[in-house]
Amino acid sequence: MAKQTTKPKPASGKGGGGKSRQTWTVEKAKAYWRRNLKIIGILLAIWFVVSYLFGILFANILYGVPIGQIPASFWFAQQGAIITFVILIFVYCWIMDRVDKEFDVNE
Amino acid sequence: MSEVQLWTYIVVGITFALYIWIGYSNRVRDTKGFYVAGQGVPAVANGAATAADWMSAASFISMAGLISTMGYDGAIYLLGWTGGYVLLALLLAPYLRKFGKYTVPDFVGDRYYSQTARLIAAIATVIVSLTYVAGQMRGVGIVFSRFVGLPIEWGVVVGMAIVAFFALLGGMKGITWTQVAQYAVLIVAYMIPAVAIGLLLTGNPIPQLSFTFSDIVPRLNAVQIDLGFKEYTQPFQSKTQLDVLAVTIALMVGTAGLPHVITRFYTVPTVRAARYSAGWALLFIALLYTTAPAIAAFARYNLIDTLQTATVANVIPGEKQDIYELVYPDGTPVTWATSWQRTGLLAFYDKNGDGKIDLRPGAAFQGRNFKAPTDSANEVFFDNDIIVLANPEIAQLAPIVIALVAAGGLAAALSTASGLLLAMSSAVSHDIYYRIMRPNATERQRMVAGRTMILIAILFAGYFGINPPGFVSQVVAMAFGLAAASNFPAILLGIFDKRANSAGAIWGMSVGLGFTLIMILLMKSNIIFGTPAPLLNDFMGISAEGIGTIGMILNFAVALIVSRMTAAPPQEIQELVESVRIPRGAQVVEGAH
Repeated sequence: MAKQTTKPKPASGKGGGGKSRQTWTVEKAKAYWRRNLKIIGILLAIWFVVSYLFGILFANILYGVPIGQIPASFWFAQQGAIITFVILIFVYCWIMDRVDKEFDVNE
Repeated sequence: MSEVQLWTYIVVGITFALYIWIGYSNRVRDTKGFYVAGQGVPAVANGAATAADWMSAASFISMAGLISTMGYDGAIYLLGWTGGYVLLALLLAPYLRKFGKYTVPDFVGDRYYSQTARLIAAIATVIVSLTYVAGQMRGVGIVFSRFVGLPIEWGVVVGMAIVAFFALLGGMKGITWTQVAQYAVLIVAYMIPAVAIGLLLTGNPIPQLSFTFSDIVPRLNAVQIDLGFKEYTQPFQSKTQLDVLAVTIALMVGTAGLPHVITRFYTVPTVRAARYSAGWALLFIALLYTTAPAIAAFARYNLIDTLQTATVANVIPGEKQDIYELVYPDGTPVTWATSWQRTGLLAFYDKNGDGKIDLRPGAAFQGRNFKAPTDSANEVFFDNDIIVLANPEIAQLAPIVIALVAAGGLAAALSTASGLLLAMSSAVSHDIYYRIMRPNATERQRMVAGRTMILIAILFAGYFGINPPGFVSQVVAMAFGLAAASNFPAILLGIFDKRANSAGAIWGMSVGLGFTLIMILLMKSNIIFGTPAPLLNDFMGISAEGIGTIGMILNFAVALIVSRMTAAPPQEIQELVESVRIPRGAQVVEGAH
């Protein structure tokens, strides 16, 4: 079967220079997407653990463990998970900046 | 006119003038400016606008009070209304921005190459936004009647006039920059009393730190036990674990599926900016959301502590309720208690005549009839909203701070209302009128349609503001379930499942939306239709707030199965999916005109 080439659309305006655009292949697109899915998977696992696991499913188990003066599960449910969410998004932005550059799909 | 009222007029007047000025200087002429602010909003500004757009009157006024009553289980709102941004940033926003069109139905209709799918997404958008905007108008009414002393109807009319001005002139561009200003007003208004009351009770100015590290929560736990309540931090007292789980999922996924929030990510210039603006949005939101549980605990402790030590000095008989004037042990009057009784949001009844007001578990009165006490030992009724609204007076802050809280509540309600009104009207004027009925409409006709629909939507919302349907947060929470069950699965599969096709999306959305809507109507029939009791109490232990989770699972399941049983999407759609997965090229907006 003939190898098919999907070209990313050139950006209009700034930074639209055409270096190494011809190297973009189906394989490269797949590799980029796989990498993205892996990063998303890892970050969403953390998202799940701090909110659903620590805050809800393990609410009673972690109740006896203190953070500061309050139970750990209560802290995660009302403070910790929210703080972690913010960090997760910025970490994703930071990682994807690098991945986009590596695959030459940055804007 | 009291000093507080004078300040309120001044502060609210200044902020309103600011919004009008911003709206006027950001007026637009073309549909791209009208629907997506010309796609030129910087990531940080979009983050602030998203935060204001999304933090509603319910977040600002009611949430801390709800947490205060629910204790641990208040986490459903805290987690539910923040966790969705992680889903947005990782799963939706970058790809939707790359797609580059104006609305959620735009994506659903194009990706599923189906006008039916577009129509369902547009209808879902209108239903979700309408449910949500109803709560906002009640918020505007509450703030106006309490602080400005205007009748609720007039408050709503003033609010509508302001929104109409900047939304009609500026569309998304006017709304965006007004929301940036509104975020600044609301966060300052929320933080000043929080810092002051934290300092008063714990000696630490940072609420998040004193909540975790001071002994205020252990003290609250102890005093709760003394009075016959459960520990404040004890989980699953007001909801079962299963229901807490379901409601949290519904709120999180719903946040990620709310049309007025998703639309915000179309307004930034690049895919990268879409990712970052989700981060900024959540950072700005988290500032309020990590403060709210601290306020909840501080205010509850303060309320209990005041009632335990204060004694009744005087009782003024009233028509609707008797006003109890309390004094602290040192003889100074508890002024905030007196002034809030006058609003009907706080009521006492010294049933045992011991000259003290006892806060105990149970309902003190029969409904909101403050002349009809129950047999319960509880002598206190308080509306959840006073937890935030009374804070400045409890902390004995200057009248200008009280005025600022009023302006903050109005900013929260108006910013959310304007975002919702735009999402709702663009679903009709852009998706239904232009994309489905009149694809040949000129730019000018489309602008007229857009502005007309906003005006109609504002009148609709005004009606709800004057005739509010039920309790703010309760009504708002329903919107999330509907969004979770309709839009979110269709968009997610549209990006991550190349095999998802039109039949799958149409069936999935119809089943998810239909199921959730019917369940909510059955479980809230007492509020919506006025039946004496809800026609259905719960669905396998899950309440109306959490039912969207089941609707979402149904939507996913139906969409995946039907897609596999019917023909794969055409080649050009598969290429569209390929292209939204890659950031470069976000500047190109194909077929926008």
